[in-house]
Amino acid sequence: MKIAVTSTGENLDSEVDPRFGRAAFFLIGDPETMDFAAVANENAAGGAAGIGSARLVIDQGAEAVLTGHCGPNAQHTLSAAGVKLYTGVTGTVAEAVELFRSGGLTAADAPSVQSHFGMDK
Amino acid sequence: MPDDFVVAVASGKGGTGKTTIAANLAWAACDSGRKVQYLDCDVEEPNGHIFLRPEITVSRQVTIDVPQVDSEKCTVCGKCGQICQYGAIVCIKESVLTFEQLCHSCGGCFRICSDEAITPKPLEIGTVECGKAGGIDFVSGKLKIGHVRTPTLIKEVKKYIRRECLAIIDVPPGMSCPVVEAVKDADFVLLVTEPTPFGLNDLKLAVGLVRYMNLPFAVVINRCDIGNEDVEKYCEVESIDVLAKLPEDRRIAEVYSSGKIIVRELPEYRNCFLDLAEALKARV
Repeated sequence: MKIAVTSTGENLDSEVDPRFGRAAFFLIGDPETMDFAAVANENAAGGAAGIGSARLVIDQGAEAVLTGHCGPNAQHTLSAAGVKLYTGVTGTVAEAVELFRSGGLTAADAPSVQSHFGMDK
Repeated sequence: MPDDFVVAVASGKGGTGKTTIAANLAWAACDSGRKVQYLDCDVEEPNGHIFLRPEITVSRQVTIDVPQVDSEKCTVCGKCGQICQYGAIVCIKESVLTFEQLCHSCGGCFRICSDEAITPKPLEIGTVECGKAGGIDFVSGKLKIGHVRTPTLIKEVKKYIRRECLAIIDVPPGMSCPVVEAVKDADFVLLVTEPTPFGLNDLKLAVGLVRYMNLPFAVVINRCDIGNEDVEKYCEVESIDVLAKLPEDRRIAEVYSSGKIIVRELPEYRNCFLDLAEALKARV
């Protein structure tokens, strides 16, 4: 399966970006092979960032998202596509993926923050 | 000759006294026999009614059209999501999601849909209230809590502008879209400021905006004896007229805080506002 992790940088040692919609990058790949590619997030500036970012990870074929916080519009969009959402994730992307693989994360069924959360960060 | 112009009272910085100036100008001009209309375009937090105490006779709901998708007819072709510039409608796998709060009612999705699956649905964004405050024609917009279509509602309030009177627009603070919408097409803009570093900073931004929009304008300095001389120096250097100054007076604060009109409670300030009304007339 493919998963998407919000990231502040382009490699697995980068910190998880605490924002979903306005994340700098998405590291998208297979947690079994640890083969990940970085996708720059064009939605990070401007309106409807959460919805645009959700579209991006859905179009990339991700089945799960690992991030810090996720707002209601993005959560609604991800859930419509059946993408599992894991919030409250911190540390490096590699650590987050490892935690995911070991079953240490619990899927969220609600947004973790209000709209526009990422705009102040 | 009767008045026939629109003056927008704006500020940049919040809390400088836009409503104080607008409401007292309206009251003084009306009291001197002129035909006056007051329009509260600060629709996110209208407060002119607190001072003018109008009797509201008409209240009208303002709605916008947002998309409603018929999933029976929809073939999930994705065209609606592609044309929407605001992420308000999006095709996800087998379904179409709509986000009403993001919709700008451009109508693009209704038109592009080749399956006739999208129809307009009215969404209430606020109300416009009309009435009389003594002799003043009173109009006020009130945005529904949680809604963000401020300029659309301001546009609706401004449709009530009457000619052949002095129409006074109470503008929201700031420099963003609601302000642009509120001052647009005004014959004159009054920028209310206070002689503080904050007042001056935001005055400069507001001057930049009205100059960019090519609107004639002048300044009113409220609480003119606090702070420093920098606002006056700035106006002098920039050749900006200062049409009125209101001093820091505890009695004004008391009248204001009890929701009353300064020119009625403190007659010595009546001429200040009448002179302002005359000065405006001479400039348009």
